[in-house]
Amino acid sequence: MTLRGILRVIRRILGAPDYAAYLEHCRAAGHEVRLTEREYVREFLDNKGKAPRCC
Amino acid sequence: MRRLGSVLLWIAVSAAGAVAFGVLALVRGEPVSAAWLVIAAVCTYAVGYRFYARFIARKVFALDQRRATPAERFENGRDFVPTGKWVLFGHHFAAIAGAGPLVGPVLAAQFGFLPGTIWLIIGVVLGGAVQDFTILCCSLRRNGKSLGQMAKEEVNPAAGVTAMLAVLFIMVILLAVLALIVVNALKASPWGLFTIACTIPIALLMGWWMRSWRPGAVGEASLAGAVLLIAALVGGGWVAAHPVLGPAFTRSGPALTWMLIAYGFLASVLPVWMLLTPRDYLSTFLKITTILVLAVAILVILPPLRMPALTTFATAGEGPVFAGKLFPFAFITIACGAISGFHALVASGTTPKMIRRETDAPLIGYGGMLMESFVGVMAMIAACTLEPGIYFAMNTTPAALAGASQALAQAGFTVTPETMHALAQQMGETTLLARTGGAPSLAVGMAQIFAGFTSAIGGKELSSLWYHFAIMFEALFILTTIDAGTRVGRFMLQEIVSHVWPRFGETSWYPSVLLSSAAIAAGWGYFLYQGVVDPLGGINSLWPLFGISNQLLAAVALCVATTVIIKMGRARYAWVTVAPLAWLVAVTMTAGVQKVFSADPKLGFLAHARTLDPLTNPSAARMIFNDRLDAGVALLFIAIVGILVLASVREWWLVLSRRKPAETKEAPFVAVAAL
Repeated sequence: MTLRGILRVIRRILGAPDYAAYLEHCRAAGHEVRLTEREYVREFLDNKGKAPRCC
Repeated sequence: MRRLGSVLLWIAVSAAGAVAFGVLALVRGEPVSAAWLVIAAVCTYAVGYRFYARFIARKVFALDQRRATPAERFENGRDFVPTGKWVLFGHHFAAIAGAGPLVGPVLAAQFGFLPGTIWLIIGVVLGGAVQDFTILCCSLRRNGKSLGQMAKEEVNPAAGVTAMLAVLFIMVILLAVLALIVVNALKASPWGLFTIACTIPIALLMGWWMRSWRPGAVGEASLAGAVLLIAALVGGGWVAAHPVLGPAFTRSGPALTWMLIAYGFLASVLPVWMLLTPRDYLSTFLKITTILVLAVAILVILPPLRMPALTTFATAGEGPVFAGKLFPFAFITIACGAISGFHALVASGTTPKMIRRETDAPLIGYGGMLMESFVGVMAMIAACTLEPGIYFAMNTTPAALAGASQALAQAGFTVTPETMHALAQQMGETTLLARTGGAPSLAVGMAQIFAGFTSAIGGKELSSLWYHFAIMFEALFILTTIDAGTRVGRFMLQEIVSHVWPRFGETSWYPSVLLSSAAIAAGWGYFLYQGVVDPLGGINSLWPLFGISNQLLAAVALCVATTVIIKMGRARYAWVTVAPLAWLVAVTMTAGVQKVFSADPKLGFLAHARTLDPLTNPSAARMIFNDRLDAGVALLFIAIVGILVLASVREWWLVLSRRKPAETKEAPFVAVAAL
């Protein structure tokens, strides 16, 4: 696995924003890329904190 | 030939597990190696995962890899993201594992290592992992719906409302008890308080780093945060010894209580990216790394267990750590690690929206919970490697210790003041006496294991550094639960009040944000304060309430899962969820009734209130009120369990007797190939 792949795994486990995954999704779904990386990260981080962390 | 090999392998695994259990149960009078606990746990988990999880996946839910999951059908690159099963296993585990599986087993060690270990291992295989897995499957087949929504749609609307209220009440008790653990760990500990205080500016820096300075650079920010955290940990030793800074960071329990309440309130009202999210990343990193290192360290040094398999407190019910007999209190004390209702919120939250294939669900739902149970077993090992005298001296308040001194002496669980003083010095603390709550004794156990590990690989012991590392590790992710919990509680309160005052439901309207955050922080803060000033130690009253409430939520989840299984036309397999449900109802009801009505003042809230005399005790009026409040909360939990179970049984009877059609709200089948 490449370093990029390892970092992606860590991002997913942490629940961190992954702009590359968003771009891939837009490409695969044929959607227009609506958000810049800065906008994507802001929206992602602003929407966190709605799920409980367990005890 | 391959099949024969498989049969022989599983016979060998089963036999190894049985032998390990046999050794644990039969060896008396000499220390037992922790290796037997590890073997018993791992073999049982392997058999449970290989056979029972597969049975539930194939026979009960008929998981189908050709069926498209919500992650595929609603993929949006944000919430709904098809994720590899091992990655999602890590993500799910990080979300479910918290302080519960670490602290519960430590407290339950007062009964000896055997009862808690058996409950951790058998409870998870037949109960906890089943609950997480079945709720995950139910949500997966319902577009990732939450537990409350499923209770409303599958059982009835009243059950949905009851479940939502139950979650809110549980949240308040849960946050209070977790905060109490932090207060007890940090009071009169300048090193610990300094390190934890530093995590706030570190988190603010990380938030600014990854949102504004270098958007998305979570790895960089977390790495910088980890480096600063280590610097704070090392610097804490210097601060503690400093003539001015040391006293400045030495705070009493009530002072820390107010600080925590203010912290919870601020974390709830500040933008989530500023404090909550970066702390979450930092604590997840630390949690996964520390648990892995602890597992390796235990496997390398295989420490002997000094606590006996069974202590007299299991049957006498007069344990100094908390009152009550083995049944039902061992099963209430260890919730997370064996079965935890809170997991149902995660299993019906983010995880079902990320599963790539239905057939990945056993690994994530069932396997993730097995992993948490293993964390609980490690905590049990860490606690039981302590000399019993040290364990009881740390986990007992002076008042409770005086009452139990004869029983402790008879059992040989004594310790000299000189030993405790030397241990405190070794750990860099002024005292370790009466550090109740489980966290400090776990930290001493972990420090001794880590010190043994670093020593075994040729390094220095560094006991005081490891002790404060363990305290920081526990406090950091407890605080993450507190800030996230206060925020989620705020959202729930806003939603509930919005039914009568719609504007209150606007999550960005600041008067509503401030009021609801203050209400939630004040709610758990009240119970926390009550626990901190309780002369018997708040753990005695609050931890059982937490256990009862957590198991109550598990009962709610199992009611929902059973209803779904029956409506799917698989009533013959309903025992999979009905059996753990029956056990939980028995445990929750028994514990609740004993906590309210027991004539023993150490156990029963009302009996304790009757022993207090306002004429001789100036705090009596407040303590009587608190006892009655705790009794009221326990009765409320019992009532909620009763309502939900009765509503569910009625629904099952209506469906099974064909008085009502078996309609489930399952999403229609969409083939992967059709997408």
